[in-house]
Amino acid sequence: MTQTQYRPGPDANGLFGSFGGRYVAETLMPLVLDLAREYEAAKADPKFLEELAYFQRDYIGRPNPLYFAERLTEHCGGAKIFFKREELNHTGAHKVNNCIGQVLLAKRMGKKRLIAETGAGMHGVATATVAARFGLPCVIYMGATDIERQQANVFRMKLLGAEIVPVTAGTGTLKDAMNEALRDWVTNVDDTFYLIGTVAGPHPYPAMVRDFQSIIGKETRAQLHEKEGRLPDSLIACVGGGSNAMGLFHEFLEEPSVKIIGVEAGGHGVHTDKHAASLNGGVPGVLHGNRTYLLQDDDGQITDAHSISAGLDYPGIGPEHAYLHEVKRVEYVSITDDEALDAFHTSCRLEGIIPALESSHALAEAIKRAPTLPKDHLMVICLSGRGDKDMQTVMNHMAAQEKQA
Amino acid sequence: MSRLEQRFADLKAEGRSALVTFVTAGDPGYDASLKILKGLPAAGADVIELGMPFTDPMADGVAIQLATLRALEAGQTLAKTLQMVREFRVDNQNTPIVLMGYYNPIHRFGVEQFVAEAREAGVDGLIIVDLPPEHDAELATPAQAAGIDFIRLTTPTTDDARLPRVLERSSGFVYYVSVAGVTGAGSATTEHVTEAIARLRRHTDLPISVGFGIRTPEQAAAIARLADGVVVGSALVDKIAQAKGAEQAVTDVLSLCSALAEGVRAARN
Repeated sequence: MTQTQYRPGPDANGLFGSFGGRYVAETLMPLVLDLAREYEAAKADPKFLEELAYFQRDYIGRPNPLYFAERLTEHCGGAKIFFKREELNHTGAHKVNNCIGQVLLAKRMGKKRLIAETGAGMHGVATATVAARFGLPCVIYMGATDIERQQANVFRMKLLGAEIVPVTAGTGTLKDAMNEALRDWVTNVDDTFYLIGTVAGPHPYPAMVRDFQSIIGKETRAQLHEKEGRLPDSLIACVGGGSNAMGLFHEFLEEPSVKIIGVEAGGHGVHTDKHAASLNGGVPGVLHGNRTYLLQDDDGQITDAHSISAGLDYPGIGPEHAYLHEVKRVEYVSITDDEALDAFHTSCRLEGIIPALESSHALAEAIKRAPTLPKDHLMVICLSGRGDKDMQTVMNHMAAQEKQA
Repeated sequence: MSRLEQRFADLKAEGRSALVTFVTAGDPGYDASLKILKGLPAAGADVIELGMPFTDPMADGVAIQLATLRALEAGQTLAKTLQMVREFRVDNQNTPIVLMGYYNPIHRFGVEQFVAEAREAGVDGLIIVDLPPEHDAELATPAQAAGIDFIRLTTPTTDDARLPRVLERSSGFVYYVSVAGVTGAGSATTEHVTEAIARLRRHTDLPISVGFGIRTPEQAAAIARLADGVVVGSALVDKIAQAKGAEQAVTDVLSLCSALAEGVRAARN
């Protein structure tokens, strides 16, 4: 793999340009340094890679299809739209790609206990799943607000044997769950593996999670080559922390002909105070072990994110995205709650696919752009998760709309 | 000689350990917090750690998390924290003040401006929980160039291989976090602290203060027999949480401080 402008690393200190790093308490420093060493060794070990490939194939069900969304393409009347079907993975989202990688690393390191944070619950479910598969006890930190709006996933985690700890601090969402997971880790330094669910946190997490997710882009390249004999013209993925997006994008960063678009959660609009668009509505700062764009006030206090999709409801973004934004390799836009919901319904009715509200943000951007593009434009959307978990949220929203009407 | 060096040198001459007290700036409100700050030296605090509130105190336990929230709800900002130090310095030139917290509010404020204002306000040292030596260039180096000490946390997980790196740019004193955990968590055994101090001693001549889980005058006395400084935070902050009103908060914090100071002073006599 060549090192060029857009795939610069990170460097030895975990920096992508000026983003990333290891901003953690001293108690955790030896642990993250050790993790970086172990990960470097593992990814150079053919046995580890073989085991990873085995579980990707026989447990997750990879490769998942690259599906030509024919009716959505007709509906938009422009670009030819493909879905990368991450929602068909075991557990229903891309999250498991990373969890399998990290649990194999945890096992290799002799760790006895897994902890994780979760927002929408998809990462929690994926972590609980691999914990069950590898016989490790597992504690999931989840904001009390998120527990309320994602009860199906809470039940799934319990079925899988995980202990769920509700976090009431702050606003009871993903960032608070991550604070609490870090507090657990700092307390249980000897036997615990912290399985971070996105491309954020101290180095090596952003790079490691990206690597485990990069199979999305690798498969996409091969599958589109088989179907169309060439590279895609554009890629679209939603970005909360940004792991499904990094997974799709990374493979194509050095292909200048590929336009890459990341979609942030615009909530009620980035001009309001209710959104989760860190790049479009935030400024650089330091949180959860890395320097990145954050939603914060003038005093450097982190402000609450808002999105209808719990998985995007985070006031930060992975540091590599911050870097790709600054060097302008990736264009980051935002989609509001209402636009995402419209796209959600469109996908249900036209394609018979119920997408996660997170993925619906990517769909909404595609539906905006596709009509303006020529028919030979090949567009790939990362359908990062399925929408089963969002039934209650969508029902509530539809009921509220009917009331208004 | 910096105020911190002077204070530890004086106490060494007296043959006793320093009582280092932590409270969060602006808790339970600006005025009461300033009263606490101004009252601490007379109540026996030798060094004052003043917490800079941050919404996401990842290394803190419940007591300091709640203190942070109370302070932020009362409108505390980094600018107001610096103002508190200025007001404290009007009639106290001897007690060192160390600001403790997380990096983001300083990053947002602007490092250069922060260092200049902190220096001018009379801040003696900084403890920034999420800035390990790997990120020294960001704040530690400019702060030290301006004459502000940068105090490092060392922990049970900081092994001999890493210790020199952590101590290399430490100044003022070394803070030994005696328990792997968040603030206010369980306390370490005397044996553990004795061994840890002996290990640190092999690497540094700086004064060593020990904190985490020290709540009572008896515990403070036990640590004072071993270390150059005893840090108490959550127990003091809990007094504010339990108080009915700001006035009681001030009284209760200062009376616990007096009791702790007695414990520390009795320890080596």
